[in-house]
Amino acid sequence: MSDGDVLEGPVMRNVGIDGLLVSFGDRLSEPANRAAMAFRDALEREGPEGIEETSTSLVSTYLRFDPVHADHGAMRRRLEEMLTARNWFEATLPGSRRLWRIPTVFGTALAPQLDEAAAAAGMDPEAAIRSIAGARVRVQTIGFAPGQPYLGQLPPDWDIPRQTQLTEKVPAGALGLAIRQMVLFSVPTPTGWRHVGQTAFPLFRPATDAPFVLRPGDEVRFDPVSPETLERMKGDADGGAVSEILT
Amino acid sequence: MSAELVVHRAGPGLTVQDTGRPGHLRAGLSRGGAVDRLALAEGAALLGQAEECAAIEMVGMGGEFEATQDTRIALTGAPMRASIDGTRVAWNASHALPAGIRLSIGTVETGSYGYLHVGGGIDGPKRLGARSAHLAAGIGAPLAAGDRLALGADPRPGATNLRLEPEPRFDGGTVRIVPSLQTAFFDEAERDRFATTAFRRDTRGNRMGVRLVPEGRGFESVAGLSVLSEVIVPGDVQITGDGTPFVLLCECQTTGGYPRIGSVLPADLPRVAQAGAGAMLHFRFVSLEEGIALERRDRQVRETLRGRLVPLVRRPEEIRDLLGYQLISGVTAGDDLERPDI
Repeated sequence: MSDGDVLEGPVMRNVGIDGLLVSFGDRLSEPANRAAMAFRDALEREGPEGIEETSTSLVSTYLRFDPVHADHGAMRRRLEEMLTARNWFEATLPGSRRLWRIPTVFGTALAPQLDEAAAAAGMDPEAAIRSIAGARVRVQTIGFAPGQPYLGQLPPDWDIPRQTQLTEKVPAGALGLAIRQMVLFSVPTPTGWRHVGQTAFPLFRPATDAPFVLRPGDEVRFDPVSPETLERMKGDADGGAVSEILT
Repeated sequence: MSAELVVHRAGPGLTVQDTGRPGHLRAGLSRGGAVDRLALAEGAALLGQAEECAAIEMVGMGGEFEATQDTRIALTGAPMRASIDGTRVAWNASHALPAGIRLSIGTVETGSYGYLHVGGGIDGPKRLGARSAHLAAGIGAPLAAGDRLALGADPRPGATNLRLEPEPRFDGGTVRIVPSLQTAFFDEAERDRFATTAFRRDTRGNRMGVRLVPEGRGFESVAGLSVLSEVIVPGDVQITGDGTPFVLLCECQTTGGYPRIGSVLPADLPRVAQAGAGAMLHFRFVSLEEGIALERRDRQVRETLRGRLVPLVRRPEEIRDLLGYQLISGVTAGDDLERPDI
């Protein structure tokens, strides 16, 4: 791993003194992403005693436990057993997923970097909007900020780098794009991702019973609307977004 | 009507903090809570109440407060100039705060984060299981003049004038770090150099993390900047693009792409958070086994805080001398013994 070679099979590493990380790859792939989600589900259902928290990143499953009360070695052995019990790369997607359609303004003053991103991808702005709006992307992980999804994967044309200079701040609901992925920002954030779209979809609702809206495995489409339409949708709790259960 | 604490004046960095919200990493929310967890435990010990009681965290400077009923307070963390009704009172101690009397807390003398605890704790609704403000996530807001905070039922009204010798942690020193998921992205020479470098705590720092300026050049990972975003936990030492380390604190992001050279032990995180701008810090790698043993010892220390309370000597001129003496001895003793030869 010292030179960043491709990992073969799951690799387990310590996270501080109280965590373990099981990685199913060292670059993003669909099987590794599904394996990470499925292994977390298995830990929640039938994981060793003493686990206090689990989560997933793009290709890894994380778990935290109390190292003073649970033995590190025993925890590792138990995870090894679970890892070898089946081929996690063949895991299916989690159940109870939803498809969200989120009204989005592409370009205009609300999302000023669409043209720039389109040029980087070798498209004119209209083609860029058709391409992004036509893609059905999946929530690969939630992270960085509360409720904030990493969405992918866009067609290969969109393998454009992050900006070298950070944008000082994009607002909540901004849709950022880089490296064939998109992030829908849940809180105002500085970012190196290009601001191509703007939504009114609140991803984090701390005052409600369901504070986090999207879940890993959910799918999303961004439907183009005008700035005037989006303005009207700000009064709606979901910013005009609708969802259906995927079966 | 239940008691309230009225905020008459507030420094720019006052928030309500408790033990935070662990368990939401999956949803992208870091645990937050008091940056200096030991200070929270010290306040709970001084007032004889649960560690979960919410307190007011104050960055760099305090404010002016008044209670609507007789209550008790304790002051912990980075020492600040404090007075009740114009009379200087000791830090690291509990005091009576009679109804309608002004408590004034000034600027920090050493360190960064001071804490004002109240008998019964700050009450009010919980959000996602805690009362902590998490500013990065948009939960809660800094306190401002005019705010009125409801107080919980005081478990031990009247029990005051106790003092607790603080664990020294306000002026930098040596911080212990364990190898973590990306330590192997740094070769041995780079890790050795990290462990023998002196770092100055930058002026840039907040509840998300503190920037450290190395003496000499920055640090490079062999993985470069192409590392896939991975889980972040508080304590992680992230090396940013220009080679400068950031130690991430309780309100950090939950994933990140910059490689991390190691993770600071939870027991030593208050030392990093409390180091004032300009304070010097060193890192010492310890094994996982040693790290767990140190965590066990740190919990024992926190559990025995109540047994270490002593009556407060109340003559103010004596308190001042005593306070100065403790801080100086604490810093040198905690620092010199572990300072590597460089």
